[in-house]
Amino acid sequence: MSQKHHIDFGQIFSLALKDAFVKLDPRVQWKNPVMFVTYIGALLTTYYALRHWGTSLFGFEIQISVWLWFTVLFANFAEAISEGRGKAQANALKKTRSQTIARKWVGHGEQKVSASELQVGDRVVCEGGDVIPADGEVIEGIATVDESAVTGESAPVIRESGGDRSAVTGGTRVISDRIVIQVTAGIGHSFLDRMIGLVEGAKRQKTPNEIALSLLLSALTLIFLAVIVSLKFFSDFSMLAAGQDLSHMVSVPVFIALLVCLIPTTIGGLLSAIGISGMDRLIQRNVIAMSGRAIEAAGDIDLLLLDKTGTITLGNRMATEFYPAPGCPIEQLAKMSQLASLSDETPEGRTIVILAKEKFNLRASEFLPEKVQFIPFSAQTQMSGIDIRTSEAVEKIRKGSLKAIEKFVQEQNGLMPREVISTAEEISKKGGTPLVVAQGKEVLGIIQLKDVVKGGIRERFHELRSIGIRTIMITGDNELTAAAIAAEAGVDDFMAQATPEEKLKRIRQEQAHGHLVAMTGDGTNDAPALAQADVGVAMNTGTQAAREAGNMVDLDSNPTKLIEIIEIGKQLLMTRGALTTFSVANDVAKYFAILPALFGTLYGTTTEGPLNVLNIMKLSSPQNAILSAVIFNAMIMVLLIPLALRGVKYKPALPWVILRNNVFRYGVGGLMAPFLGMKVIDLILSGLKVNG
Amino acid sequence: MKIIEILQVLVFLAILLLLTPILGRYMADVFLGKKHVLSSSLGWLERAIYQCCNISPEETSNWKTYTLQLLFFNFLGFLVVFLLQIFQAHLPLNPQHFSNVSWDLAFNTAISFMTNTNWQSYAGETTLSYLVQVLGLTVQNFLSAATGIAVLLALIRGIRNRGTDQLGNFWVDVTRSVVYVFLPLSIVMATVFISQGVVQNFSPAQTVETLERESQTIPMGPAASQIAIKQLGTNGGGFLNTNSSHPFENPTPLSNLLQLIAILLIPFALTYTFGVLIRSRRHGLAIFMAMFILYLAGLGVSLWSELGQNPALLNTSFMEGKETRLGIVNSILWSVSTTAASNGSVNAMHSSLSPLAGGIALLNIMLGEVVFGGVGAGLYGMLMFVLLTVFLCGLMVGRTPEYFGKKIEAPEMILVILAILIPNVVILLGAGISVILPMGLSSISHAGPHGLSEMLYAWSSAAGNNGSAFAGLQANTPYYNVGLGLSMLIGRFSVMIPVLAVAGHLSSKKVLPLASRGFRLDTPLFVFLLIAVILMIGALTFFPALSLGPVMEHLLMKQGVLF
Repeated sequence: MSQKHHIDFGQIFSLALKDAFVKLDPRVQWKNPVMFVTYIGALLTTYYALRHWGTSLFGFEIQISVWLWFTVLFANFAEAISEGRGKAQANALKKTRSQTIARKWVGHGEQKVSASELQVGDRVVCEGGDVIPADGEVIEGIATVDESAVTGESAPVIRESGGDRSAVTGGTRVISDRIVIQVTAGIGHSFLDRMIGLVEGAKRQKTPNEIALSLLLSALTLIFLAVIVSLKFFSDFSMLAAGQDLSHMVSVPVFIALLVCLIPTTIGGLLSAIGISGMDRLIQRNVIAMSGRAIEAAGDIDLLLLDKTGTITLGNRMATEFYPAPGCPIEQLAKMSQLASLSDETPEGRTIVILAKEKFNLRASEFLPEKVQFIPFSAQTQMSGIDIRTSEAVEKIRKGSLKAIEKFVQEQNGLMPREVISTAEEISKKGGTPLVVAQGKEVLGIIQLKDVVKGGIRERFHELRSIGIRTIMITGDNELTAAAIAAEAGVDDFMAQATPEEKLKRIRQEQAHGHLVAMTGDGTNDAPALAQADVGVAMNTGTQAAREAGNMVDLDSNPTKLIEIIEIGKQLLMTRGALTTFSVANDVAKYFAILPALFGTLYGTTTEGPLNVLNIMKLSSPQNAILSAVIFNAMIMVLLIPLALRGVKYKPALPWVILRNNVFRYGVGGLMAPFLGMKVIDLILSGLKVNG
Repeated sequence: MKIIEILQVLVFLAILLLLTPILGRYMADVFLGKKHVLSSSLGWLERAIYQCCNISPEETSNWKTYTLQLLFFNFLGFLVVFLLQIFQAHLPLNPQHFSNVSWDLAFNTAISFMTNTNWQSYAGETTLSYLVQVLGLTVQNFLSAATGIAVLLALIRGIRNRGTDQLGNFWVDVTRSVVYVFLPLSIVMATVFISQGVVQNFSPAQTVETLERESQTIPMGPAASQIAIKQLGTNGGGFLNTNSSHPFENPTPLSNLLQLIAILLIPFALTYTFGVLIRSRRHGLAIFMAMFILYLAGLGVSLWSELGQNPALLNTSFMEGKETRLGIVNSILWSVSTTAASNGSVNAMHSSLSPLAGGIALLNIMLGEVVFGGVGAGLYGMLMFVLLTVFLCGLMVGRTPEYFGKKIEAPEMILVILAILIPNVVILLGAGISVILPMGLSSISHAGPHGLSEMLYAWSSAAGNNGSAFAGLQANTPYYNVGLGLSMLIGRFSVMIPVLAVAGHLSSKKVLPLASRGFRLDTPLFVFLLIAVILMIGALTFFPALSLGPVMEHLLMKQGVLF
């Protein structure tokens, strides 16, 4: 959506810069223990520097202080910029929530009222050009609706009463036709309102895993506090024992600098940005998560319940083959099938017409007799077709299930050929649906309807299985058909003739075994299952009930997106883990910079003491060594902001392969990077001669 | 190193590795309540204990009750040892007529033995009556070790359990480990020690005239019985002041080898028991490997440092403070084992080790006593590191972390972090405050970095429940008796209680199915990561302190400066 709604990145950047300073408010800082310690450190070093105003210490200490302030500001900036995108999106959404005049339906007439006066249960009329004033269900009529305000998708969608495409969203526009809507959400509680709240991040709560991690970070901060306090005591003792006074170097500001370098500022500063941008990445894929918890749960999903239709197979069944009965030419079968399907508006019916046209170049309109009567499908007869009136008689062409046609021809003293029956059985076994065609008492043959499995879906499931996620296909088809498609698509299991109750039961069962279940759904009857699933993604085209029940809404209504959602969830956790490892691994190098700077001359007979061997980076001076560490610590956060916003790369692979790669990249990398970084900064500092 | 020395090390390790699965399997049977070799011959004792203590072995309890029972039991132990000491002059079995022990020393000693630390601010042969040694200290040697095992068993049940919060019966766990593990092993060991010349009697100390016609007091007492459990239960408190360097406590090469084995035997074997109980012997092996690698690394560095030359003393080797009977290799094997295993007995003075070997001894303790560590305590401490590793690894593979199918969430993480970090904070702040307070400083007997090492060692030893001393620090003052006493208490229970709470939390958690678990816990990669996490926590916490202590001393020694 961010690409579709125009967002000005320059503006986000400048807003974030401003916010970075606004967030210096101690009440904001207090919420993040790691950065709060840095904040206090910055305050204290400033105090010490100002106290040494005019002495030789001032220059060095004020530099430490400035870089500590930068560290705090960079963390603020990271958070602000991750929030910025959401805010910009929210602003774009707010614009669509303009003051609308609603045509309220009262009794038998209309009354113009302001949209804000509408209440749940009211009925409003919308015609071409009207903006839909509130969330609701279509209770009458059918219309094309432009939902680009919400979804960013410019192609209009159909909304009609009854069925699973009845929900409309306030703020969208009716393009043609007329519908009557029953309002389902009051002002302030509409879908748009909730979406604005979510993307703004106003109601963002810390997720369970984020809480656990921030506890770990706080504990690390505490232990480093103990390290530094005790180090102060140890160094006092050592200076006394050595009879040396190193207080120009072994001073409170330097200890604070060391403390800030050791506490995990990198992950501490970026933690909330990672969480917010995880939510943001979903929004970019047009998925609205109702809670951060749902995204985190997505990373753990190990069972997918997928609807067959639209997810695993291409829409509806398609006619794929004609099987003529003995003695009937195949063209005849095709021609009659096409005739019988002309009025059939179901997707299957249309594919029969198309198949006949493609295979035999038949165009029914060219030979359509003049006097015809279309017989629509009825539940009673289980058939549809066409009656052609010639002067002598009425010729009845019918297509339908084997049983229905058998009955139909028997009524006219016709017979169902044995070959047709066996062909029909064979088609069923292979997962197809046989549709028998008869002309009068004559059985012409069979049209084979088949589900077509989406290209590449098999590979996708294989990929999922390799990362430990099973898939279950859900379908209303019978066992035989379901099994055949399941085998073709390569799913792990299937549920045939699944009722909503069975779905719910299955989810509960799997959860009782400890599985985390995700599913997509759009119908009202999916709502209980959506609510029960750990991750329930409702299609935006679905009913209001479904959208309420799920904890995510997919604005594109693309069920395959579940797989992407899982990846985003995993990516979120991985980014946290990677940056924590990186942050902690960095500390080793910092000891090698700061300890020799502090104690390099301790017990030294000349200028160099024994601990100078720790100065393996050969940093130019103690002051530069300490500044290098502090500057590196601040700069690494800036450099990692893009990674925090984008997330670490995720490619489905075996867990131990991912682990090994990430340990190498962020653990070993985190160990080495600061040695290099601090050396470079030291070279620059000594080149600039800032410290003499 | 001479061939014979290398052989000694190899034979020692080979025997240990051979016994590990045998004893490990046996203990698993004991703790599962299955039939085993001793169930018929010692079963009556177990049942008799239940009967006279009114214990119903079938009853189980949740983690809170289990913890309360444990605390009550330990407090009772503390009280007995404390009272026996402050009234010892009025009690029997005091042939030397020692006076009552001061309250602060009695406090320190009682806590020390209750917490399996066995830090000794006193000298056994000149302070305590035989009654205190036998009824107070030896009994606690058994019970503190059994307490460690009980906590480990509760944690294992927490991990194994499915949909229950019952962690077992504390009294049964203690009884079984004493009756079937510590008692039989101790009896065998004590008998062998007596055969080697360790004293075991209730006679008063003998005064003899030496060849130089001066009088020397030779201590006596029931030593062998206490020494066996001192080693087996990773207690380490010597009957005599110089511990296992005294010829009456460790008379022969055979007794030395046996005591060395006894130090590590149960901690080694428990990793195997753990594997069996957790139904993943490979995970048990992975944990064993992580411990073993850290142990060997410490041994390697120490030997390298000790067998090198001492430039300050005209390139002689480091024989100061060592028993000439035992030599360098056996002393180092001991110093590394006793600090790794939270045992704390010594056969050489750690203060006189070369700076790096002393530093390794110190680091072994600072890592949290998880390189095998104390009986039970080492493994449950290690499991806290395992949970931390699992948490970090889980994040790295993009799954919320789980251990054997149980999710590790915020409440468990707090507890794990507490268990790992509190002892470290105690060490840092205890030693830090002591080097600036006059009360603390006045006890230091060495100058410069060595004095700092001395101080770090004392507080680490207390908080890590190790109990060995660097020697040199005059610890029998009210300040140290109380201060170190409190750190032993915190070091023990700030780990134990969170561990039991973790066990309680894990116990009632839903179990995730096997297929959906993240990464494997039995691979070399996991061993590597576990070691990395342990070293990172240890190094990041103690690197500055160690660099001002042992590292500084080592570097100065190379310049010819000694302390």
